[in-house]
Amino acid sequence: MGDFFSNYDILGAFWVTVQLSVLSAIGALVIGTVVAVLRISPVGVLRLIGSLYVNLIRNTPLTLLMVSSILGLTFILGLQISEQNTRNAYWWAVIMLSVYHAAFVCEAIRSGVNTIPAGQAEAARSIGLTFGQSMREVLLPQAFRGAIAPLGSTLIALIKNTTVAAVILGTAEAAGLLAQITENEGASLPLFFVFALGFVVLTLPIGIGITNLSRRLAVKR
Amino acid sequence: MSEPLVVLKDVNKHFGDLHVLKDINVTVERGEVVILIGPSGSGKSTLCRTINRLETFESGSITIDGKELPEEGKELAALRSDVGMVFQSFNLFAHKTILENVTLGPMKVRGIKKAEAEKRAMELLERVGIAHQAHKYPAQLSGGQQQRVAIARSLAMDPKVMLFDEPTSALDPEMITEVLDVMVQLAKSGMTMIVVTHEMGFARKAADRVVFLSDGEVHEQATPEEFFTHPKSDRAKDFLGKILTH
Repeated sequence: MGDFFSNYDILGAFWVTVQLSVLSAIGALVIGTVVAVLRISPVGVLRLIGSLYVNLIRNTPLTLLMVSSILGLTFILGLQISEQNTRNAYWWAVIMLSVYHAAFVCEAIRSGVNTIPAGQAEAARSIGLTFGQSMREVLLPQAFRGAIAPLGSTLIALIKNTTVAAVILGTAEAAGLLAQITENEGASLPLFFVFALGFVVLTLPIGIGITNLSRRLAVKR
Repeated sequence: MSEPLVVLKDVNKHFGDLHVLKDINVTVERGEVVILIGPSGSGKSTLCRTINRLETFESGSITIDGKELPEEGKELAALRSDVGMVFQSFNLFAHKTILENVTLGPMKVRGIKKAEAEKRAMELLERVGIAHQAHKYPAQLSGGQQQRVAIARSLAMDPKVMLFDEPTSALDPEMITEVLDVMVQLAKSGMTMIVVTHEMGFARKAADRVVFLSDGEVHEQATPEEFFTHPKSDRAKDFLGKILTH
């Protein structure tokens, strides 16, 4: 068992998993919020764009998005983020994870918006706030608080979905390294447990934290 | 100079096939307190909400202080900031404290500095008797208290006219008086008010005129005394007969 840790950089691979998770979570939250605002905007065209995004991205397998970033966008269209291949793949992985999970973040926020009584938006408009102001000041803050639980589930799914990035990242992150060690050393049950445990360590506290947070931040009506 | 503050001219509105507002013509003078009254489904709430375009209408025009209601966008937001609105269900911002509820509009819409907005907000909360609860959240207050905060929130924008959409209908009986007291006080201070309500006591005490609606039409306009004692139209007689027998 000790051999694995001395021969392979398992902690380093999990560190990459953590980086991918954090960067993609931020990306997904930003894009998802923008798409959610599009989906609830009063302008029909924007709503259409928002729902197209969600339905297109949500129904595409993440593996397909990952592979198409390198094979399609870099190799065929020549879109390269970094000269260095591993950096290029790393940033494409972050972008694709962000883009993919943004669709789920959008729907989580939208479900949060649905927890807000219609009168809140009317009151915001009636004191003269513009659409943007009532979004920022009244609707989104309440929507986020109402959406903490589904946002937490999305975050946990995102952390585990970073493993899909192995198809373009190779051995840099946890799942890729596990595949390589298995190939070199043969399958081993303890090794699987180590990697499984690694993900539990990453996701379990988030689940517990989210439950506490959603209870504490819930908007009292 | 003395053109009416609010002018509704030939306003028409449909909900699908239902013709909810039929050629409504109402004018409200500066400082006047007008009660909209009528059976449920008569369109009085809808009429109140069209005045700041929370409801759209198809034809006719509404002018406030000489300016016609814009369709949408920033101009509409600007106009709404001059028209206070108090809802049946209070609609205080649930995630903000009482003080933040009152300062939000002045700070974001009027661009007033925080310290100044808070000073003014505390004065208004004092006036409606909630100053000591300024740092609580809406859910911690009773319905009557929340409604008084909602009135303070509207007043903080220094509106030209205030709309009240059944402000006491969601309140327990013992809380109605505290809200009506604030409204009477407001009427006496010269505020222009348009109030949808069934509170006869308030109408007699504070109103200048009663507008009686039924089936989306204005049937009668009179002073409260005249309307309640000598209604002219049969609809009004029928309606008053139903609510005054108890």
